[in-house]
Amino acid sequence: MSLRIYVPRDTTALALGAELVAQALVAEAGRRQLAVDLVRNGSRGMFWLEPLVEVEHDGQRIAFGPVDSAAVPDLLDALLAGPSRHPRYLGPTEDIPYLKAQQRLTFARAGLGDPLSLELYRSAEGFKGLERALNLSSQAVVDEVTASGLRGRGGAAFPAGIKWQTVLDTAADQKYIVCNADEGDSGTFADRLLMEADPFQLIEGMTIAGLAVGASQGYIYLRSEYPQAAQILAEALRLAQAEQYLGSNIRGSGKAFELELRIGAGAYICGEETSLLDSLEGKRGMVRAKPPLPAIAGLFGKPTVVNNVLTLAAVTTVLSQGAAFYADYGSGRSRGTLAVQLAGNVLRGGLVELAYGASLRRLVEDFGGESYSGRPLRAIQVGGPLGAYLPASHWDTPLDYEAFAEIGAMLGHGGVVLFDDSVDLSAQARFAMAFCAAESCGKCTPCRLGSVRGVEVIDRIIAREAPEQHLALLEELCDTMEHGSLCAMGGLTPLPVRSALKHFPEDFS
Amino acid sequence: MNNVVAQGFAETVAECVQHYSNVPGGLLPLLHAIQRAFGYIPAEAVPLIATGMQLSRAEVHGVISFYHDFRSAPAGRHVVQICRAEACQAMGARELEAHAKKQLGIEFGETTADGNISLEPVYCLGNCACSPSLRIDDAIHARVDAGRFDALLAELAEPSPS
Repeated sequence: MSLRIYVPRDTTALALGAELVAQALVAEAGRRQLAVDLVRNGSRGMFWLEPLVEVEHDGQRIAFGPVDSAAVPDLLDALLAGPSRHPRYLGPTEDIPYLKAQQRLTFARAGLGDPLSLELYRSAEGFKGLERALNLSSQAVVDEVTASGLRGRGGAAFPAGIKWQTVLDTAADQKYIVCNADEGDSGTFADRLLMEADPFQLIEGMTIAGLAVGASQGYIYLRSEYPQAAQILAEALRLAQAEQYLGSNIRGSGKAFELELRIGAGAYICGEETSLLDSLEGKRGMVRAKPPLPAIAGLFGKPTVVNNVLTLAAVTTVLSQGAAFYADYGSGRSRGTLAVQLAGNVLRGGLVELAYGASLRRLVEDFGGESYSGRPLRAIQVGGPLGAYLPASHWDTPLDYEAFAEIGAMLGHGGVVLFDDSVDLSAQARFAMAFCAAESCGKCTPCRLGSVRGVEVIDRIIAREAPEQHLALLEELCDTMEHGSLCAMGGLTPLPVRSALKHFPEDFS
Repeated sequence: MNNVVAQGFAETVAECVQHYSNVPGGLLPLLHAIQRAFGYIPAEAVPLIATGMQLSRAEVHGVISFYHDFRSAPAGRHVVQICRAEACQAMGARELEAHAKKQLGIEFGETTADGNISLEPVYCLGNCACSPSLRIDDAIHARVDAGRFDALLAELAEPSPS
């Protein structure tokens, strides 16, 4: 009997040497004439343990990590002599507290096996949502999504059901489903993990969306910074097409949904939905004024659902398990689970899926542990480059959209970036403006020029040139950007700037 | 560009244009295809793209110049992108950036004199739990400090098989 060993092919695992580990395993097993069935799985999202090697042993999956290629001979010895003797032995994978304490719905399958195995996907509840949707009316599918309370995971948290209803109700000869996979926020990788570990879930979710609103064409707009995800998705689309999960006759139902992968070209602003639509149309990624909403006049002027990867993925759970099951998770108006991404200066970085409502502190302390550097933590930026920097006094805030809005912050796409006490918040505030200047689409003045002026004013404050006057000027500039910008890029750049000023004034004097 | 090169060049561009001219919103995939073929988007290709896609040259130029990925000049044999975003900053990306510029003797947007390496900034590679990150061609590397950078750089100095 051969030994089944799992070595992830996820970007982070590869970035930490997983390919070398896989090669060493094959070579060493060959040398010992040991039959090994090597599976290149997705990641479990416990990135601090990558490369995480799993082995099927006595009927369960046991884990070792982090494993480097030099440790492979020892690891094979340990498998024969008693795995628990190996210094990197972590026990049964499912019992690792980091994983066990999570409430995984969307990421339940992540890391289980080959992301491109349709057989595995089907055996682990895959396509149950699609099967159900195929037997429901469009309106019934939309009703299910509305009842689940599912809100957009891209950052704006708009109710998915309302968006879908608008598209369903708008008559047109052609409608579109667009997946926003332009995950550009620093500190976020949940979309990438899902696409690399469980791509069929996204395909299933988009197909359900197509059936729900009457759209026969979909696009995944993926950022070019994700070459591994692009490769896996392209192959997943081909496989799904071959087995009629996509195409002109989905599983013999007579219903059609075509899906195409498009690659971005390095522009943060294309994560903004209207800019993304312009980019998909082959234009500069310029933000559009709203109204009209994309749900009424979106891609090529047609009614379009634009949803984030995780929103579309969550739809599969909503349809397979029912709206009530999904809505049972969460707090307040934030229903379901949130994929938090622990990043930056953190000891145990990775993906943590929990029902909304857990506190930021619980997440950081129970999962993240402490800083990677060993120095005291000082600031946490939640919600990407447009999110606030929060001091320890705000870390008890529960992770739900409204609670974060109340403290002048936002959850965004769930990125949580930790900084130790070596951080200089004036440099972070300056960076927020500089980033906006670099990535602004240039359509509206407050964003295009305001960000440039913002860098200059912050430079003067740091240089102690008439700081009182320049601080007042910066406040005014932030007001202008917040109220006068066309989209969230210019409108939210003041959030990190103001939070840095408010909570860490000592860094500016 | 000499005439012989120009001949093969026009054919390649025409093939790409033909492939994408009927694809809705096909300009981005077309530009990606041309960049794959030549390593950059030659100025000589712009009028051919414009005609084929029924756009003005200004529109094509506007799209090329909007996106960071599209180049109007060839890059070095390897492209090294250093992440400048917050998660990497929290782990020393600013120091890594300074080190890289010093080691290579170039700034962002420049190519080493031997044509081996182009250095670019990137805003997030989605590897934020194991920062600092950098990308060399299509491979992403995690936890890159100065020592690791130098080791990666040494690998790039090896004569390439081509």
